[in-house]
Amino acid sequence: MTSRLFSPLVLLLVLAFLIGPFAIIIAASLSAGETLAFPPQGLSLRWVFKVFEIESFRQSFGISMFLAIGGTLMALILGVPASYALSRYKVPGAETIRTIVSSPIIVPGIIVGLALLRYFVVPFNTGILFALFVAHTALILPYAVRVVSASLTNLRSDIEEAAVLLGASRMGAFFRVVLPNIRGGILAAFILGFVTSFNQVPVSLFLSGPGVRTLPIDMLAYMEITYDPSVAALSALLAFMSLGIVFLAERFLGFSRYV
Amino acid sequence: MSDAKFLSLEKLTLSYGKNVAVPEMDLDIGKGELVALLGPSGCGKTTTMRAIAGLLTPSSGSIRLDGVDITRTPANKRPVGLVFQSYALFPHLNVYENVAFGLRLMGVKGNDLDTRVKQGLKTVGLEKFTTRKPAELSGGQQQRVSLARSMVMEPKVLLLDEPLSNLDARLRLEMRTELQRVQKESGVTMIFVTHDQVEALAMADRIIVMKDGLIEQIGTPEQIYNHPVSDFVADFVGFENVFALHNGMLKTGEHEIDLHGTVPAHTRGLAWRPGTITLGSGPYRGKVRGTSFAGGTREYLLDTPLGQIKAECDASLPVHPFGGEVAFDLNVKKAAPLARFGGL
Repeated sequence: MTSRLFSPLVLLLVLAFLIGPFAIIIAASLSAGETLAFPPQGLSLRWVFKVFEIESFRQSFGISMFLAIGGTLMALILGVPASYALSRYKVPGAETIRTIVSSPIIVPGIIVGLALLRYFVVPFNTGILFALFVAHTALILPYAVRVVSASLTNLRSDIEEAAVLLGASRMGAFFRVVLPNIRGGILAAFILGFVTSFNQVPVSLFLSGPGVRTLPIDMLAYMEITYDPSVAALSALLAFMSLGIVFLAERFLGFSRYV
Repeated sequence: MSDAKFLSLEKLTLSYGKNVAVPEMDLDIGKGELVALLGPSGCGKTTTMRAIAGLLTPSSGSIRLDGVDITRTPANKRPVGLVFQSYALFPHLNVYENVAFGLRLMGVKGNDLDTRVKQGLKTVGLEKFTTRKPAELSGGQQQRVSLARSMVMEPKVLLLDEPLSNLDARLRLEMRTELQRVQKESGVTMIFVTHDQVEALAMADRIIVMKDGLIEQIGTPEQIYNHPVSDFVADFVGFENVFALHNGMLKTGEHEIDLHGTVPAHTRGLAWRPGTITLGSGPYRGKVRGTSFAGGTREYLLDTPLGQIKAECDASLPVHPFGGEVAFDLNVKKAAPLARFGGL
């Protein structure tokens, strides 16, 4: 059968496409040479250490972390109650609300970035960091609402009534019965939100300003000036960080059950 | 407060928006009674139950429990338990914690908590399953956990929504006796909602038959089974031949025949179970439209001047052949006289 021979080949190609870039980046980051190149010229960890010495990387990493964690938390604080209301009550115009909440996914980031700059940052003269925070929260919100809504839909609503009849208040029922059962969804939303925010380029590009840049923007700027393998090293480090997060989430919370 | 009015609904009106589901219901339930709310879907039985639990606010009228007006008492402050049709166990908690949930909220702790939870689980025979999660239990076991979870709260009234509908036939029989036992042993006032008359007749001390939000009849299982007051109740409890009576004529739709015999005054209809129709002799004639063997008996479907009639006789008697004519009798003495017919 051809399909027997064919399918391992296809599998191999797909894997090569998925893992290839990652492998190349790791190899390039281990280069001993002065420029970004593949195959690497000799082996060395010097560029990996160099990453930690670059002041602007340290700073923008901090900003990106703050935006990813803070923005995601904010999106969840807004998104979880919104999802709850949308799934449990007959909210007038629920569909409209859903569409509006989802719009940052549909509208290209470059437009969101431009619009925010022109009609939010400039007229209100908001701080750069504040503008970035608001923008990232808005970008993460759709993921939070969608993922949390999905796990709420799968959760029977009569368990809340059961909790109330056993003496819990409506609020108590939410915290004691609903929240523990959508924990997985919230975690999934957190990781998705974190990654979305951390990898965000177009919106951040518009909103970044003097001294306040997210890591991806800073990396772009860095590459315009120098072409050494430290960018590759940083990329590799970030990839390992993501792997680590997913691994920990899986290890302690059984992440894959929810995604 | 008398024990006979332990739970009483007075002019209770329940509505969803502008749709009135239950208009002005009056009902008294005695202490320690096992009562069935019986009716087809949409008759208001579940709505009534939810109002007693406090999950639905009445638009008017009042609910009194043990001498206290609880009409405005929020659901979480009412001494009322509810076993949901889907059991509604908390999926993230194990059996022990499910049962302990309400007690913990009440502030019960330590040994007291442990004793009460274990006692509750013992009552339903699940003391060995404490660490299981609901998903690891069978439907019957989940129901028992749900029952224990409500019972440990020592409610004054325990409500059960279609308690047997999600179980298979064998478990249903087992759960029926189990529920009766728990009720008798604890003495809790129990109200269960069902659309299955067999269940209601088998379990309840008293049955409340509902239709379109109104109480059609209240009575013991014997009264309901033998003396239905209306065509609706008669039909619901298995009188397959229900006819209106008008000026000495039996009627169904267009069909009518003279009735032989006298009936009590104010009788608006007569109902016969298939087994009480005499086949083989009598003043009426019918054509056999269908027969089926049902073990000890044989069932016949007859085409008669009165429309279709279902009769049943001993299977050992000679068979009336399909398509043949057969004489039959509608014996008034064996009929249930109906005081109300077609809502009148």
